[in-house]
Amino acid sequence: MDALIPLLPFAAFVVIGLGDLFGRGFGPRAHWIAVPAVFGSLLLSLVAFGSVLSDGPHDLTLYTWAVSGTFRASIGIHIDALTAVMLLLVTIVSGLVHLYTVGYMHGDRGYARFFAYIGLFTFSMLMLVMAANLLQLYIFWEAVGLCSYLLIAHWYERPSAAAAATKAFVVNRVGDFGFALGIFLIFRLVGSLDYDQVFAELPKHAGETISIAGFELPAVTLIALLLFMGAVGKSAQLPLHVWLPDAMEGPTPISALIHAATMVTAGVFMIARLIPIFSLSPAAMSVVAATGAATALFAATIALTQNDIKRVVAYSTVSQLGYMVMACGLGASMAGIFHLLTHGAFKALLFLCCGSVIHAMAGEQDLRKMGGLKSRLPVTYGTFYIGALALAGIPPLSGFFSKDEILFRAFLSGGTGILFWGVGVATAFLTAFYSFRLIYTVFHGPSRVDPKVAASLHESPPVMTIPLIVLAVLSVTVGWAGLPVAGWNGIEAALGPVLSPAESSEPDSGLPAGQAGLLLPLMGVSVAVALAGWMTARYFYLTRPELPGRLAARAAALYRLSLNKWYVDELYDRLVVRPTTRLADRLWRTVDVQTIDEAVNGVGGSTLAGARVLRLLQSGQLQHYALVMMVGTFVILTVYLIAQ
Amino acid sequence: MNENMGHILTVLIFLPLAGAIVLAFFPGNDAGVRRIALGLTAATFLFSIPLLWGFDVSTHEMQFVERVPWIPSFHIEYAVGVDGISLLFVLLTTLLAPICVLASWISVTARVKEFMIALLVMEAAMIGVFVSLDFVLFYVFWEAMLIPMYLIIGVWGGPNRIYAAIKFFLYTLAGSLLLLVAILVLYFAGGRTFDILHLMGQPYPATVQFWIFWAFFLAFAIKVPMFPFHTWLPDAHVEAPTAGSVILASILLKMGGYGFLRFCLPMVPQASRSFTKFILVLSVIAILYGAYMALAQTDLKKLIAYSSVSHMGFVTLGIFVLNAQGIEGALLQMVNHGITTGALFLLVGMIYDRTHSRQITDYGGIARPMPRYGAMLVIFALSSLGLPGMNSFAGEFLVLLGTFMTHAGLAVLATLGVILAAVYLLWMVQRILFGPITTSDNARLTDLGMREMAILVPLVLLVFGIGFYPDPLLSLMHASVDHLLAQVNAAAPLQLSEVWVRP
Repeated sequence: MDALIPLLPFAAFVVIGLGDLFGRGFGPRAHWIAVPAVFGSLLLSLVAFGSVLSDGPHDLTLYTWAVSGTFRASIGIHIDALTAVMLLLVTIVSGLVHLYTVGYMHGDRGYARFFAYIGLFTFSMLMLVMAANLLQLYIFWEAVGLCSYLLIAHWYERPSAAAAATKAFVVNRVGDFGFALGIFLIFRLVGSLDYDQVFAELPKHAGETISIAGFELPAVTLIALLLFMGAVGKSAQLPLHVWLPDAMEGPTPISALIHAATMVTAGVFMIARLIPIFSLSPAAMSVVAATGAATALFAATIALTQNDIKRVVAYSTVSQLGYMVMACGLGASMAGIFHLLTHGAFKALLFLCCGSVIHAMAGEQDLRKMGGLKSRLPVTYGTFYIGALALAGIPPLSGFFSKDEILFRAFLSGGTGILFWGVGVATAFLTAFYSFRLIYTVFHGPSRVDPKVAASLHESPPVMTIPLIVLAVLSVTVGWAGLPVAGWNGIEAALGPVLSPAESSEPDSGLPAGQAGLLLPLMGVSVAVALAGWMTARYFYLTRPELPGRLAARAAALYRLSLNKWYVDELYDRLVVRPTTRLADRLWRTVDVQTIDEAVNGVGGSTLAGARVLRLLQSGQLQHYALVMMVGTFVILTVYLIAQ
Repeated sequence: MNENMGHILTVLIFLPLAGAIVLAFFPGNDAGVRRIALGLTAATFLFSIPLLWGFDVSTHEMQFVERVPWIPSFHIEYAVGVDGISLLFVLLTTLLAPICVLASWISVTARVKEFMIALLVMEAAMIGVFVSLDFVLFYVFWEAMLIPMYLIIGVWGGPNRIYAAIKFFLYTLAGSLLLLVAILVLYFAGGRTFDILHLMGQPYPATVQFWIFWAFFLAFAIKVPMFPFHTWLPDAHVEAPTAGSVILASILLKMGGYGFLRFCLPMVPQASRSFTKFILVLSVIAILYGAYMALAQTDLKKLIAYSSVSHMGFVTLGIFVLNAQGIEGALLQMVNHGITTGALFLLVGMIYDRTHSRQITDYGGIARPMPRYGAMLVIFALSSLGLPGMNSFAGEFLVLLGTFMTHAGLAVLATLGVILAAVYLLWMVQRILFGPITTSDNARLTDLGMREMAILVPLVLLVFGIGFYPDPLLSLMHASVDHLLAQVNAAAPLQLSEVWVRP
């Protein structure tokens, strides 16, 4: 039964894909295969979830992928509580996105292909979370990246989409370079890639160093950092975040499913899954936390000024992923996973709402050409509002509980924890601000909509609005699974046994005395900051709409820095992309063409010349080939005999 | 155990050869010639499949062995057999031969009969190389391969074919000569025999080992080709017709890797072990340098040719790390490279048949008029860049894993090649398939037809089959690779001081 969870979407992919490639395809009927498959998978995931929570983990080895020497790896299905919640997240969001796609992609010439790819994605993502060893994790880690590539390039005729797809894959490959090396190093130390064995054996190597190219490096810290490199790529953390905003070139359902709710959270999932490895190295954990915190704040500053509706939400995703990574780095991976779940709901909602707006606006994504849409798109407006409230962290919506949990854990983590808490709070303010900037510029105020577009403004069909409503309900309620009240914290009850035994700090059952008292004051700070961000946005974009422009003019340098995303892309272009292509070109011309080939042609030329002379001697009849062969043989045999 | 298939290897060698002779006297037209060639190669492939069922994975001994005295006065035998190292190459050859015939179906119009004869002779010789257990027999096949390949490039090639053919010929001939010398030396030093199995594990003097190693090294390094002996490859590929490129990339390059495994390691293990570091470094250079070269190319065939240099770097890397993951990964990588790079050259040929251009800049956006072509190019590009779930990943992963066990620094550098592969291949895909259509001619391109899909689909199935489940192929290799490793690792590395002492 468990095997069917990934196999149903895979079957949908195969059937639709083959139909598209060889026959006339399923065309506009492709969803009749894809949607039932993913909902079947959702039902089975619910069953698995219930059974795992009551009876413990499921384990099933499907087959042995490869054996070579002492290396052995299998493909299988491992479902524990962490996997089970991920299964639910993936199948629910994927199911809703499938439905939404029926409306959003209606009439697209790549309709069937699109369904085939999201089926493949769903399969790969499910296999990723169900892995019981690092090899399977890695295989499907790259497979979801492939789906991301294919779907970003869905509208491949747009040069920007084609470039964004390549960029996404290559940047992820940079991260995966580290991931792969981490896997090799684990195998070298432990001799196995199975989670159980690695978790059991690796602590024994805690103090060891490994010599690489003459450097003595602490092995376990190095492993954690290399694995983290993979997470940095996949979860778009600094400095490999550059692919995610560009990935918005893909159709919006993909932005919701892959580039917000599921695939990009794989990095966070990976850290949580491998927390027994990470927690062996406090140094690596600090790097993880610092990277997360820096990314959270950095991306939030960019989200403030973007004019493309999807880019705002995309940078918001980068920022929220930063929160999750920071939580993991601070030893609070449970809070990170909690935020991953709530974020999955409200960010998928926000993206699908963006899609609904874009759909209504006939493809327009520029905030400066929106405004006053709330009466024309009432359902989208209402659900978007709920998504923004959740993202901003307004109680009692889901984002509040998970974000507050992260901030609380940061504050308690001691040492520099207070600093992380400060960054988190500052980011929370910015988050609330840009969330409501979106609401006010899109839905409130005077309409700046192109008159031609305005005439055809329409609310999306039910097949799109129903997923919005379901996600809105989830965005409100998912957080209640993790109420910070003893006995009411379902997240802790479910995930605690999986995640906290290895957690470095305190046992998670209840808070130590003295810290419980901090809970309410800190919660108060979170609420106050979120409200402050909201009200500032309200003041800027509703009360005094001329203010943002004036402020931008006053602080022009800062504004440009944010608008141009801190010029990171330009920096990479100068420092990496152009030097690489130039080096390749130079090397080819100087080494291959000018040096080696010249030398070879010289040898070849002299041989031919020599042969021409010899051929004269032999009246031109002897085969060039046979001659050279015989002469060579003779010469070298002579040398050998003399040496004897 | 496999007596009931007594002469299967002989059949595989002589069926195409006999076919070539029959074809030479065949009076019919070109269409008939094509059909006969296809029938012969397909039959050879079908006859080769029982090798898989009859193969005993539990032993490293040669199987399906046949021995007949040939020139008794010099102890030269007709001796053939396969083990876990050669088996897959035989199958790869028989699989690709009919594909090459199909790929030449419409693109070769001049001297069709002669072309098909060359292909059939080529097939026989290639199978012969992989199954020979006698050094003279081996060398006959090894040289016999050279002539049809020379003709395929020189007669049916592109505008600059003569230069390319001669360059190919000289490079490989240089290697062949050294190989011949090495064979003769081994004959005298190993007890006056050309029996390949007998020549393994003999206590050759240090000086002999030293010189034989270098002769082997040059012969096989040119074939692989390793940096800096690779510059014949891009030229040969660019000028060769599609079938020539496929044979070259898929089979001929493998002879280098096969040579290292069959001769160099087991016959001169001490010398091999003392120069591993040197070869490992050259391999890593090939991986990175080949990738950089591929990045700079504007001609599709050159791009793929340089990517071969990079990918074959993983092969030599894996062979000379001298552990099970490395060698099995290298063998798998050779099979995978044969499938994937062969397919990429087929795809270049298919588009060239339509537009007569290999320049990347002449394309753009052709996924719209040619969706099937787009799907195929994406699949094989992804396979080539080592995407997990596809064939090449399994081989590269094992090679890198094996390398990391003993040479972590080199493994780090080699892994960088995997990033570069993604860059040059996806950039190629982006420039050819994506973006807007640039010319009206390209907008009217016709998509792949049934013949072309029939060529590619078996390769696609192998790409995913091996990618999802490489273990069956690996299990064919275990016994032979373990035995080889035992042979090599029992020998102490050669000390250079021994080499210079006269016996």
